[in-house]
Formats: sequence, structure tokens, C-alpha cells
Amino acid sequence: MNVAAPQSSFLRWVYRFYMLAFLVYLAAPLFAAGMFAFNDSMFPALPWNGFTLDWFFSSTEPKIGMFHDRRLLRGLQNSLIIGVAVSALAVAAGTCNAFLFERKQFPGKNIFYIMMIVPLVIPGVILGISILVFASMIANGLEETFGIEWDFLRPGIFLVILGQFSFLTTITSLVIGARLRKFDIALEEAALNLGATRLRVLMTVTLPYLMPALFSAFVVAFLVSFENFNTTLMLVGSDAPLTITMYDRMVKVGSTPVLNAVSFFLMVGSGLLALLSVVVQRGGNKEA
Amino acid sequence: MPRTDIGKLSFILLFAPFALWIVLLIILPQLGIGYISLREKVGPGEYTFGLANYAAFVSEPIYWNTLLRTAWMSILVTVMALIIGFPVAYYIAKIAQRRSRAALFLMCLIPLWVSDLVRAFGWIVILRETGLVSSFLQKIGLISGPVEFLYNDATVVMGLVYTVVLFMIVPLVSTLDGMDNSLIEAGYNLGGSRLTVFRRIVVPYAMPGIVAGCIIVFMLTAGSYLTPILLGGKNSMWFTEQIYEQFVTRYNWESGATFGVLLLVFTSFVVWLGLRLTGQNLASTVAKD
Repeated sequence: MNVAAPQSSFLRWVYRFYMLAFLVYLAAPLFAAGMFAFNDSMFPALPWNGFTLDWFFSSTEPKIGMFHDRRLLRGLQNSLIIGVAVSALAVAAGTCNAFLFERKQFPGKNIFYIMMIVPLVIPGVILGISILVFASMIANGLEETFGIEWDFLRPGIFLVILGQFSFLTTITSLVIGARLRKFDIALEEAALNLGATRLRVLMTVTLPYLMPALFSAFVVAFLVSFENFNTTLMLVGSDAPLTITMYDRMVKVGSTPVLNAVSFFLMVGSGLLALLSVVVQRGGNKEA
Repeated sequence: MPRTDIGKLSFILLFAPFALWIVLLIILPQLGIGYISLREKVGPGEYTFGLANYAAFVSEPIYWNTLLRTAWMSILVTVMALIIGFPVAYYIAKIAQRRSRAALFLMCLIPLWVSDLVRAFGWIVILRETGLVSSFLQKIGLISGPVEFLYNDATVVMGLVYTVVLFMIVPLVSTLDGMDNSLIEAGYNLGGSRLTVFRRIVVPYAMPGIVAGCIIVFMLTAGSYLTPILLGGKNSMWFTEQIYEQFVTRYNWESGATFGVLLLVFTSFVVWLGLRLTGQNLASTVAKD
């Protein structure tokens, strides 16, 4: 008998019903967004006119499917470029941070650790405007004093990468640090005693052990980058990633089911990636 | 043997990226908006420094009303997320069978991986005039014409709770998971009622999780942009929207930066107050996985 559960069976049923209602609440908008991608209609609304895949694959007006919509595809491409670049950078920096805070002793470590956490609690909009302001100050300064024009400091992909990197690094550092903390240092010592150089120990013992964490940090960073909106909105230039393109269309044009198709695509994509990361993480924990 | 030299060198190599990241992308940019917020444009390329932008904020009721409104709604959303999320977390951590526990937790996490934009879009499809709820109510004859459920405060709060409630549930589950059922049993054996046991044993035990969840949820809500705009429409009066408008639409960076500083100071103050009142610290609440 579980003492934590309600004792009367009536209350247990009420509780179960509450859980069910909560799960319905969680699923409802996802279901609604995905469902109308397959409705053969010009609007994402009832009535249901039959099943179609036109909103994915059709190439004729007025129904342009998402895989033939040039602006959406360019947005997708930008999102992929930004996501891969920023995740790779954030994993690299996060690995350094993990070693710094797990392996090194230095004065002021606690304060630095808190500084590492802080980017997570700064609102994304503020990270965005502060990096925009700072980059423009540098760009203006260079232009006025030396007459150099550094265009990459103006809103665009480079600034979006910097903006997302600024808080994703905290996430990757925490994920990788948690795994490094569980590492048995005796393994490294054994390898050193057997005559391996430090670099070799790192490459053949420590990094392989960290691999699951590096992978899931990369996936988490990629997903968060892909769906980030607040920071990106402030830094975006002419080459907008997918979320911004979608938002513009949602607000300005009014929506056709092509947006539902993109939503469905994103849900399936991120669901699969998240699942993959969970599986890899779990496999890594089992062997440890 | 230059052992310590190697140690020093590796320390410098590890510290350099950290320092570059924190200084160039966090500290200097924050100082940058602080600096711009103190600047006032008097002519082309000519600036004076002072608190004029802050004075403008205080003297314009629409600005500080927006901040107050954002604050109140964020607190309301935080409280509601706690009330809605606590039973769910308790069920996952304490009541569900071992096997269904992992599945339930995973199910609760799935929406977390879906973009805010998609979730808000889903709500729009459900709630707008031609949406699912309106059509359904017309079909069963409860209403005679289409009804708009978007663009009101209740919808904005509901949508915000939806986007943040999972950040409440995750820390709650991880604290409640560590609680031994014998604590509850002891409470009953000593003659405590359901309510007493809940109030005196469960809630104090879950306190670190409650604080962590509330802080994360409050920050996310106060800094959110998409949900209030898409579900609340143009008149949603959300503070981040003001910041965006000053920066992008009006190109008035001075006052946009001022609003940014105010939002940051305000949210940091609330987080500090929350930590202070409950005796927790930032590293242990936010950084726990």
C-alpha cells in the first residue's frame, strides 16, 4: 500500500482524472498544430476536407508545400547553419568549463561558478539587445577611428551565433560537468602509470568516457538554438532562421496550413533528436 | 620537474575561453546597455549623460504600468504553475508505479522540446474565431455565432502557464523523488491529518524544488515575448514588447536600453528576494540537474 497516495478509491480516481486532463492540456496545441498540416483546405481550420500531403510536397499555386517554399527552405538552411555552428562552439567551450570547474582549484572559484550560471537567468531579450548594442559600439568605433567596416558586427548570422552561444554555453557546461564529476580519476592515473602521455590519456580515456555527455550537450544546444526566438529576434539580419520566418508569416500574412506542415516537421524532428539524446545518455549511464 | 608549470599552463588554457565568454558576451554587453541608457541624444552625433531616460520612464504612466502589469501577470503565472504543477510532480514522484513513472515523466517533457512558436500557433488554431473550440461550441449549439477566445488576459495567462509549467514540474519531481515515504507514514502514525502531513512534511521537504521552479518560471515569464504577443495581440502590453518596439520599430536605442536595464534589475531583484526569503542560493537551485 502506497502511503503517499490518497486512501479512498474515489480520490484516487479524481487524481487519475486530473493527470489525464493535464496530459490532454499538454498535448492539445501540439495536436492541433500538427493535424491541420494534413487537411485539404486553404485555412488551418475545420471543416475537415480530407487527407492531403500537399502542404508538404505540392509545387503548384496556390498550395505551395513547405519543401517548395523558397523562403521557408532558406530559413531552414539558416537555422541548420546557426544550430550546428553554435552547438559545436558551445560544446567546445562547455568542455573547457567542465574541466576548469571540476579539475582545477583556484581562488574565487565559487564566484566564477555563479558567473557561469548567470547567463541562464538573464532574459533572452536582454542578452539579445546587449550584444547588439555592444557589437554596434565596436563597429561604430572602428568605422569612426580607422575607417574599417566590419559588417559581421551588424545584425546577421554571426551575431545570432554569438547571442545564442552566450547562454547555450552555460547549458553545455552543466551537462558535461555533471558527467565529468562521476568520472573515476583512478582510471586516468592507471593510464599515466602505464606510461601514457597526458594528451593520450585525454584522447583515449577521458574524452571517450565523456562522449555521451558531449553528444547530448550538442543535441540539447542544437534544439534550443533551433527553436530560440527571443535572443535571435534582436540580432537577426536579412538572413533569418526558420522560427523568425515563420513568425513573420504568422503575424503579417495570416496563416495557411503550410505553417502547420512546418510545425509538424519541427515536432517530429525535435522529438526524434530528443529521444536519440535520451537513449545515448541512458546507454552511457548504464556502462558507467 | 615542471609539473606545476603544466598545471598552470592548462589552467590558463582552460580559463581563457571562460573569461573571453563571460567578459565579451555577458559583462561588457551589460555594461554597454547600462552606458547607452545613461546617454541622451541632443543633436546629430552629440550626447549628454544623465538620468533623463529613466526620468522619461517614470513620467510616462504607460511605460511603468506595462512593467507593473508584466510583473503581476508573471507572479500570477508562477503561482498558477505551482498549483497546477505540484500535483502532477507529486503523482510522478510518489504515486505512479515504477514503470509508468518514466513514461509519464517523458510525456511531460516532450512539449518542452517543441518550439514556443509551434505551441503558441497550436493555441491560436484552437482558440481563434474560426478555431476548434469556437466551431465545436457552435456545433453543439451552445453559442450561435463564432466567438473569439484569443486576445484577452485569461488566454495569455493560460498560454504562459502552458509554456512554463514543465520548468516547475522538473525540479519538483527531482526533490520529491528523494523523499522517503516513511516520513509521510510517520506523520500519519503520529496522528497528523492529510492536510497537516502535507503542510508540515511534504511542502517543507519540497521547498528547494519549489523555489527553483518558481525562480525559473518567473524569469521565463517576465522575459517571454512570443506567447503574450501571439495570444494577447497588439494590446497585450508586455514589457519585452516595449523593448522591442523602442529598439527595432522606433530605433530609439537609448530608451530601449533603459527599459532593458529596468527589466534586468527588476527580475534580478525578485530572484534575489526569493532566494533570500527561502535561504537558498543561485548555484544550488538553478544548476541542479
